[in-house]
Amino acid sequence: MTWETVIGLEVHVQLGTRSKMFCGCATSFGEDPNTNVCPVCLGLPGALPVPNGEAIRLGVRGALALECTVHPVSVFARKNYFYPDLPKGYQISQYDKPLATRGRLRIDSPERGQLEVGITRLHLEEDAGKSLHDRFPGLTAVDLNRAGVPLAEIVSEPDLRSPGEARAYLTTLKQLLVYAGVSDCSMEKGHLRVDANLSVRRVGAPAFGTKTEVKNVNSFANVERALESERARQIAVLESGGTVQQVTMLFDAATGEARPMRSKEQSHDYRYFPDPDLPPLVLRAEWVEDERRRLPELPEAKRARLVAQYGLPTYDAGVLSSEVALADFFEELVAAGSEPKAASNWVMGDVMTSYNQTGGFPVSAAVTGAVIGLVKDGTVSLQAAKKVYAELVTSGGTPREVAERLGLIQVRDESALERWVDAVMAASPGEVERYRNGETKLLGFLVGQVMKASQGKADPKGVQPVLLRRLSQ
Amino acid sequence: MSVRAIAARTGELLRAADARGLNAVLHWSEAHLEFEAARLEGQGPGPLAGMPIAIKDNIATLDLPTTCGSRILEGYVSPFEATAVRRLREAGALIAAKTNLDEFAMGSSTEHSAFGRVLHPMDPTRVPGGSSGGSGALVGAGVVPAALGSETGGSVRQPASFCGVVGVKPSYGRVSRYGLVAFGSSLDCISVFGQTVQDASRVLATISGHDPLDATSLARPPMAVAAPRADLRGLRIGLPREYFPADLDAGVRAGMERTIAVMRDLGATIVDVSLPHTQYAVPTYYIIAPAEASANLARYDGVRFGPTRPEGLPDVGALYRTTRGRGFGPEVRRRILIGTYVLSAGYYEAYYGKAQRMRARIADDFRQAFAAGVDLLFTPTTPTTAFKAGEKTEDPVQMYLADIFVCSVSLAGLPGLSIPVGRSEGLPVGGQLIAPYGEDERMLEVAGTLEGRLDATAEVR
Repeated sequence: MTWETVIGLEVHVQLGTRSKMFCGCATSFGEDPNTNVCPVCLGLPGALPVPNGEAIRLGVRGALALECTVHPVSVFARKNYFYPDLPKGYQISQYDKPLATRGRLRIDSPERGQLEVGITRLHLEEDAGKSLHDRFPGLTAVDLNRAGVPLAEIVSEPDLRSPGEARAYLTTLKQLLVYAGVSDCSMEKGHLRVDANLSVRRVGAPAFGTKTEVKNVNSFANVERALESERARQIAVLESGGTVQQVTMLFDAATGEARPMRSKEQSHDYRYFPDPDLPPLVLRAEWVEDERRRLPELPEAKRARLVAQYGLPTYDAGVLSSEVALADFFEELVAAGSEPKAASNWVMGDVMTSYNQTGGFPVSAAVTGAVIGLVKDGTVSLQAAKKVYAELVTSGGTPREVAERLGLIQVRDESALERWVDAVMAASPGEVERYRNGETKLLGFLVGQVMKASQGKADPKGVQPVLLRRLSQ
Repeated sequence: MSVRAIAARTGELLRAADARGLNAVLHWSEAHLEFEAARLEGQGPGPLAGMPIAIKDNIATLDLPTTCGSRILEGYVSPFEATAVRRLREAGALIAAKTNLDEFAMGSSTEHSAFGRVLHPMDPTRVPGGSSGGSGALVGAGVVPAALGSETGGSVRQPASFCGVVGVKPSYGRVSRYGLVAFGSSLDCISVFGQTVQDASRVLATISGHDPLDATSLARPPMAVAAPRADLRGLRIGLPREYFPADLDAGVRAGMERTIAVMRDLGATIVDVSLPHTQYAVPTYYIIAPAEASANLARYDGVRFGPTRPEGLPDVGALYRTTRGRGFGPEVRRRILIGTYVLSAGYYEAYYGKAQRMRARIADDFRQAFAAGVDLLFTPTTPTTAFKAGEKTEDPVQMYLADIFVCSVSLAGLPGLSIPVGRSEGLPVGGQLIAPYGEDERMLEVAGTLEGRLDATAEVR
């Protein structure tokens, strides 16, 4: 590989507040256009912004989760530009004094394994509205429901070296922010938006190449695709002797290609200056420390603990901690008496399937634990238990009652087992003869036959001694 | 007098003012006065029961338009009202009219209104000062006992001085800015005109106090209505020498000397002080205020409100150019251009950054003067009495210098007031009292004391 790729990401995350950044309007999604609006977010003459304390708190939580330095004083600034969906003609953001700087996020690179990505800064800002170009022919409509929705912008250092790493960074960041309660990070609702900067350089070159920015890609998979495409384009330009122009690229999901939007040279002079409507944001150190203490266990710590405390494989710990709810469910199962590895297998298997389908846990941890218990004490086989669980998902009930109703209780009664064993021996005289002549590996076949004859009801642990006894008679 | 009678009398006075072409008022109607009277009849009496008050037309009201004296907001009616207006209505005041002003409060003579200049109440060839010239002239003409104006850099004290009335700018943050259409947000203060210190003080007591809708509002209770002191013994009043230049208008100087003599008679100690950065106040102001204005006025883009947009525009850029090019007058356009320029990449530090540092020094001048044991400062409010209409309109810098004695106080966020101290050749002369931050009441008490001892209608020479 003669080229090295350098990527930095700017992520806009919608903070999970009920009301907007500087007014009391709801942040609810999918309302009729221009219904979640008031004089403040419409930018009417004389209206003034008042910061939403909860948005600031969530921003601080995000910064702490990313191990940033949270600054005791930060400043809201006006970013000036004209656009029909920007009601005031400026966006309230933070500029030279952001809420937090210098954090880090550890990710699993598909190429380089564990690595640490620097976080340059996290700052607070308000969202703009939405221009709708397809509602009315020849006209642009403006929906200001989103105007003023609180965002955190999280900027990474140019530490990523491949589109795959960019994707891993985004996945890890999203998981962290959901854990910390900063945002739902719902992609469908546009809670998380990504702008990516990419450049390439010869391996070993000391300076970065000229970068381009790929804007507003709507899924992590598309970020990866867009960056793959842009990387290939830049390398092709350079290898044919050309130079990369500093441009903003727009990703077209239909073609999988990024194409230039506008030249950076023509870009805006935003004329940032401190917003005189908002005094500097002053955070007391004790308050910040309090927020730090209130942070829940974060994904990395949870994974390590699941391995240490329950002896789970690293893989299991990773899957279980992909969502707090799954890890919590696992721990409830163990607390209710399930063996950790068995509980982990269940959560990673049938429980996760139903969770992904329903978005919740249709069968409680207590009931799921009882199902696992039926396997452990030999009442039902693992296969039967899965049927019991599926039935509980659709119809409810108690595990034992369902197992009984479906006839899945394993039979351990000696005389019943003898009847099935005798029937199998009578039906397979050849195999019995060969076993008795020393072909002992046929035992497995015969156990299987007994299980089949019992329609799976025979307890396999009980079948073997009975079979051995009969064969030796 | 019943509120009906007060409303009727106010209507007569407003009609008379219109008849003589004062042009102080942009919006009023008999129907609105009746509506207000009916509202007050149904409402219990309050601290301002039946007091007719005029409101500068850059302060949002529900029942009358709010145009800021600009074509760009012609016909605009706000769906919400300013906190100050709401508090006035709740206190029983009668909202009488919306007053004329320099467009978006940018000016010192009220000649920059899109709806025509306001006449001086005593001499129609002269200006009433500005930008709150409509409110100043209306109080000066005796139509209403009090009016709201707004200050960014002296826009109430200066017209109060010209019109011979009391004008009070409170400490920044003591009166909510919610509903005041922004010009220079770090400077803007709703301020008050009164025929007397008592009138102004009653209005301030009503509209001051913390407002959760304004993040820069001070967490302090409302002001008390100031009672005049019996004398000024124990009070040290500083005269900043930079405010008494050799070329100060002779009539203004005589007015100051007369007032200083009265202060001495009342037992005050008069001391000489220096505010060394005074000369930088006007240039500093004319960087900071336009910079903030350039952002504050960006919202007038023709997208959401204002006059109907012209048809057949090719793109959104044309919409902006047409709306703003036609909607804003020359002074507003000039300040937007200056403000945009001083915030531009590469110029920010040289202009805006430096102006902010100078602003801090100007504020520090005042702090040091007060820390040295001075209780109040006394200065002329304006370098001259009311000037002739048209005298300064061709030279913006001469116009800006009309605010040379009032600008510093705005930059420092301090309370300041102007009281009439006498007349020079028939025109009012105003004296300015300046108090430390948050000591608005001290300034009002002393002004009340002086008011009782000065004949504001007497020639000062």
